[in-house]
Amino acid sequence: MATVSIRNLVKAYGKTEVLHGISLDVADGEFVVFVGPSGCGKSTTLRMIAGLEEVTGGDIMIGDRVVNNLEPKDRDIAMVFQNYAIYPHLTVRKNIGFGLRTSKLSKPEREERINEVAAMLSMTEYLDRKPGQLSGGQRQRVAIGRAMVRDPAVFLFDEPLSNLDAQLRSQMRLEIKKLHQRVGTTIIFVTHDQVEAMTMADRIVIMKDGSIQQVGTPAEVFHQPANAFVAQFIGAPSMNMLPARYSGGAIKVAGSSIAIELPLPDGSELTVGIRPDDLIVSATPGVFEGLVSVLEPLGSLTLAHIDIDGADIVAVADGRTPPAVGSKVHLAVETANLHVFTPDGEALR
Amino acid sequence: MADSQIRASAAALMNAPTSAKPRRDPAAIIRWTLLAMGAIVMVMPIVYMLSASFKYPYEMYNLNIIPKEPTAENYAYVLSDGRFYRWFINSFIIATCTTVSAVFFDALVGYALCKFRFRGRYIIFIAILSTLMIPTEMLVIPWYLMSRSLGWLDTYWGIMFPGMMTAFGTFLMKQFFETVPDDFLEAARIDGLNEFQIWWSVALPLVTPALSALAIFVFLGNWTAFIWPLIVTNSQELYTLPVGLTTFSVEQTVDWELIMTGAALATIPTLIVFLVFQRYIIHGIAMAGLKG
Repeated sequence: MATVSIRNLVKAYGKTEVLHGISLDVADGEFVVFVGPSGCGKSTTLRMIAGLEEVTGGDIMIGDRVVNNLEPKDRDIAMVFQNYAIYPHLTVRKNIGFGLRTSKLSKPEREERINEVAAMLSMTEYLDRKPGQLSGGQRQRVAIGRAMVRDPAVFLFDEPLSNLDAQLRSQMRLEIKKLHQRVGTTIIFVTHDQVEAMTMADRIVIMKDGSIQQVGTPAEVFHQPANAFVAQFIGAPSMNMLPARYSGGAIKVAGSSIAIELPLPDGSELTVGIRPDDLIVSATPGVFEGLVSVLEPLGSLTLAHIDIDGADIVAVADGRTPPAVGSKVHLAVETANLHVFTPDGEALR
Repeated sequence: MADSQIRASAAALMNAPTSAKPRRDPAAIIRWTLLAMGAIVMVMPIVYMLSASFKYPYEMYNLNIIPKEPTAENYAYVLSDGRFYRWFINSFIIATCTTVSAVFFDALVGYALCKFRFRGRYIIFIAILSTLMIPTEMLVIPWYLMSRSLGWLDTYWGIMFPGMMTAFGTFLMKQFFETVPDDFLEAARIDGLNEFQIWWSVALPLVTPALSALAIFVFLGNWTAFIWPLIVTNSQELYTLPVGLTTFSVEQTVDWELIMTGAALATIPTLIVFLVFQRYIIHGIAMAGLKG
């Protein structure tokens, strides 16, 4: 196990800079998830930690060593790839044992290690099969096994679940989390799926356009987003964002007025964010009033798209007794659950 | 309805005249005709070669396929001539060595051109490809001058060196390595393999069909090579099979029946190689996106 520190990390391809000096400390044994939209630089960061991309500027430290100029094999890391990257011409046993080829272990010790890892991943009965005879989930386990067998200081996962179907993804998510709890190795996991990030991470690193937007626990990034991007990216369905104005100790939003104290001059333009599950749909008057335009039933709950003063917002309604399409509804919200952002997206509260 | 009535109705239906005859597709007729003509053009020389190898000299210029008096004497004569075995072994050694070498170096260069990023990569690739456009007849002069100055005339090495690496093979392998995802190579890099080990243990096994196809192409090409071995060799001990067979023709006479017998015998190894590896050739060609 080891810590990972990134200091002012920069990556440029020619004149195009794709990572703009990011810094981060990953604690020993921590499970950190990098999340962000495509092209935000999360995979590039991971590949730089792995040594698969050259560092343009800044430092990467694994443990107390600066590893910028070390070969991948000398960094004491293991990586699981999106496409599994398990060798189709080798059996599961040979795939898992592949990383031990360069180790100094004796043959019986290697066999013991392979069997131990296979047992941990419930793959013992498949050891003599080729990858072509395995399901997607089993292949993913082989890829994880190949990474585990070397007992590295840091595990790197590059979107390892994105090729799996929804059910399998959720199952593998749980397995990886259990695995981390059992082995306690530092894990850096890259995904574009915020649900994966929320469910697995000790801390989430949210990235956009080559910069870190926020680092925090799942609860922190959900409840106290640093900016409008994080607020909208984390949480499903996405946070409702409404243009507003601050005036006389109240926010004027969607034809309503909500009393709130903000350190802003009167007339300031704002954006108000409200999570769909913080909106309470009721028949009695609340903060907002609008017409239900579309319903998205999800079983236990229903997503109601409501037209309020020309703005379309989403609220979570009861799954059994949803409001009818076209009906007038009232929406209430606790002031404490309001998120307020400046016009350039910075969170005020 | 009684059982007999049902049967009668069924019989009547089956015997009823059909309203329209099945139409023959004109495109299919043209296609099959062209294929048949192509097959005849390809197969006839082989059939004639086999036929001629069982004929007496007086019958050589008679184009009948079945000899009037079939004889195995030609085979007995060629096989009892010690030189034939020598040429056969020469051809086998040369074709095998060049095949091993070409497959090794073509795969190595193809891999480097495909998977490494370095300055001048594209120019090198184009330069290699451009050599495909130069006919062998033009290359034999520089090859000969090289061989002479390096003392390779009339040696195995002199026969083999032009084929030790091929532009076509490099191109073929480069195209195949494009299909190998970089993740495999990066995973191996993280697992501690050096670049040569990655190529050998990870990349090569993933392009086995291409390697097999290339091996067969190179082997057949060298087995049947004629011009260069003819030019670079002087002593009969170093002749390859195609060159050696020409010794059956002398100034006044050409022993066609013996040449055809030798040629028929020479096709046996190529036939075996092809039959054993044909599925790899077909798979390899299909994967390369080439149509034969």
